Amino acid sequence: MNSRIFPTLVAVIVGILVGFLLAPYFNMGDGQERELVSDGPVSAGAPPEPVPSAAPVSTRSTLEIVRERGYVQCGVSQGLPGFSNLDDAGEWRGIDVDICRAVAASVFGDATKARFTPLSAKERFTALQFGEIDVLTRNTTWSFTRDTALGLDFVGVNYYDGQGFLVRKESGFKSIMELNGAVICANTGTTTELNVADFFRTHRMAYSIVAFEKSDEVVAAYDDGRCDAYTTDASGLYSERLKLRNQYEHVVLPEVISKEPLGPAVRQGDDQWADIVRWSLYAMLEAEELGVNSGNVREMKQSDNPGIRRLLGVEGGFGETLNLSNEWAANIVGQVGNYGESFERSVGVDTPLGIPRGLNALWKDGGLQYSPPVR
Amino acid sequence: MSLSQEPIRGLASANPLNNPKVRSFLIQAIVLLGVITLFWVLIDNTISNLQRQNLATGFGFLDKPAGFGIVFSLIDYSEQSTYGRALLVGFLNTLLVAVIGIVLATMLGLTLGIARLSSNWLVSKLATVYIETLRNIPLLLQIFFWYFAVLRALPGPADSLILLDTLFINNRGFSVPSVSFGGWGGDLAAAFALGVALLLFSNVYIKRLRRSASHIPFYLRLAPLLPFVLPVFVFFAMGLSLQIDWPQIQRFGYEGGWSLIPEFVALTLALSTYTAAFIAENVRSGIQAVSHGQTEAARALGMREGKILRLVIVPQALRIIIPPLTSQYLNLTKNSSLAVAIAYPDLVSVFSGTVLNQTGQAVEVIAITMTIYLCLSLFTSVLMNLYNRRMALVER
Repeated sequence: MNSRIFPTLVAVIVGILVGFLLAPYFNMGDGQERELVSDGPVSAGAPPEPVPSAAPVSTRSTLEIVRERGYVQCGVSQGLPGFSNLDDAGEWRGIDVDICRAVAASVFGDATKARFTPLSAKERFTALQFGEIDVLTRNTTWSFTRDTALGLDFVGVNYYDGQGFLVRKESGFKSIMELNGAVICANTGTTTELNVADFFRTHRMAYSIVAFEKSDEVVAAYDDGRCDAYTTDASGLYSERLKLRNQYEHVVLPEVISKEPLGPAVRQGDDQWADIVRWSLYAMLEAEELGVNSGNVREMKQSDNPGIRRLLGVEGGFGETLNLSNEWAANIVGQVGNYGESFERSVGVDTPLGIPRGLNALWKDGGLQYSPPVR
Repeated sequence: MSLSQEPIRGLASANPLNNPKVRSFLIQAIVLLGVITLFWVLIDNTISNLQRQNLATGFGFLDKPAGFGIVFSLIDYSEQSTYGRALLVGFLNTLLVAVIGIVLATMLGLTLGIARLSSNWLVSKLATVYIETLRNIPLLLQIFFWYFAVLRALPGPADSLILLDTLFINNRGFSVPSVSFGGWGGDLAAAFALGVALLLFSNVYIKRLRRSASHIPFYLRLAPLLPFVLPVFVFFAMGLSLQIDWPQIQRFGYEGGWSLIPEFVALTLALSTYTAAFIAENVRSGIQAVSHGQTEAARALGMREGKILRLVIVPQALRIIIPPLTSQYLNLTKNSSLAVAIAYPDLVSVFSGTVLNQTGQAVEVIAITMTIYLCLSLFTSVLMNLYNRRMALVER
């Protein structure tokens, strides 16, 4: 018996010893760590531990690294039609992908110098923190915790989303306020459940919620008539609607019950890079506002409008302050297009998603998209 | 002399590791130490990591309002209820599926197990096909099958199936009129319990009379009626009246009455039909394990087939069936956690799903969930072991 037990034992003990030896490298059982923790007030008073990523990257700016490497590395979704998705030719397409290409166009003058890393919801922040990607353009909601506690900075909003409701056309509902007493299908473990509870309670409406673990089951149950409405982020509703037996029998109600601003994020601590990504997005918005698009950008350089001349680098030299060429915005608009073009070709009414501009219209058209002036 | 002393000295000075007693003690001590250290490092590391990341710890969150709705609950629950209450709702929902699933699976499994041994070719082949099919398809797929089969087969709320004017069936659930006694329900339940107690007492008394071969009075034979007669007596004596709440069709389906959601029906069906296949095999193996000589001996004594089964085969087969049956009961209880896939709000779905995501206290939530499943399983085991002890062969 003992002869059989003994090798196992030795293995276990060696394993434990090796574990102890390696412990400091995994922050395990390290004396110093524990001391810090036991000093409650000291550790509480100390600033939150820096995110481990910053160290290797901080010595050189992201712009230098990207220039040297020759392309921008962007984190995208694993396939969300309209936002970031591979097309038939194996090219990444979508409104988030366009932001990444815009950054490549502004840095290299070539929108094709962008590469994409598909990331799951769990992986996305870690990938950015550890420098695996330069920009996160992955339909990510900008929230307080993410902006402050995760070591990253959101630089803008390229899609204003909100939690919406999908209903059957034949039900005749025109507003969420008519859903008193309805059965609602949702995903479990998301903020969706809480938003629904809050909304119906505030409006003193009854409801019951059927919460599934995976989206496919939510869609199937809704399609089979288990629920009167299906709720998730409105952009998600539009793309999940494609999976229904007959998508034309269903309609997304116009209101939303939560704020979900989706936008690109960069690592905290490199302001120059944050500025580049921020203004790449704003350049697309400003171009739309000024009526500059990929078709007319060449002629527009001859325009008398000082706003257009500044944006396209004819006057002012704004690119230099970003450490880029003055042609930066002209390259974005010429190669990627303005925000409106990107929206319409990715998710707009003529695409299978068929999303109206709504909140994402320019401010002067009643939406929320607004670029600070280029001056 | 020197030859005989040599080995003795050798033994005394020998390495103590060569002494089997010392060696086994040492080995066990080292293993124990290793295991304790391992757990200590794990727990200490978890706690210090949680503190370093400023994550909340402790069970204080159980008193905070949950803020989310649950579609099906046996007790009063609303969004303002606490996380602790949500835990209780999830636990009771799990318990409900487990208990009903176990009862159904046992009945079905017993029938199938006997059917598979039937001398009727068709019956035995049908049972074989059932068992082999259900036993060999993953349970999750069966749950999905039942859920979407149930959902698709049912009409919408507007054209509900109405059976006997009392059962309303649609894809939102199964509703029946609810009956209440205007606050006297508890008293009627007490009358029922008193009846059951009297019945048990009279059974003991009858047994004693039988042992002493005395005459059993006629009125004692009526004892099984007591649990039903007593509540009826209370009902009329107190001049109570029934209050019936009929399900009413509303814009979104029936409201009022008692209702079961389709998720519950699908989950219970899937769990009990799946587990029944395993129980059937247990039953078959148990019956076949009883030596054929027993049957022949019983026949030789002139017993009839029914009596042979009841008095000779089943008592001996039960001894073999009960231990694996316990395992099947435990499996069914634990498998009920697959409920989360079809939105039935069980313990895992409500507590280690929604609550965990909202509080972020993964360690506490998972620990509570695991403890509850452990306790539930141990409790089932204890009950089954007690039953097994009663059934086991008493050796004198």
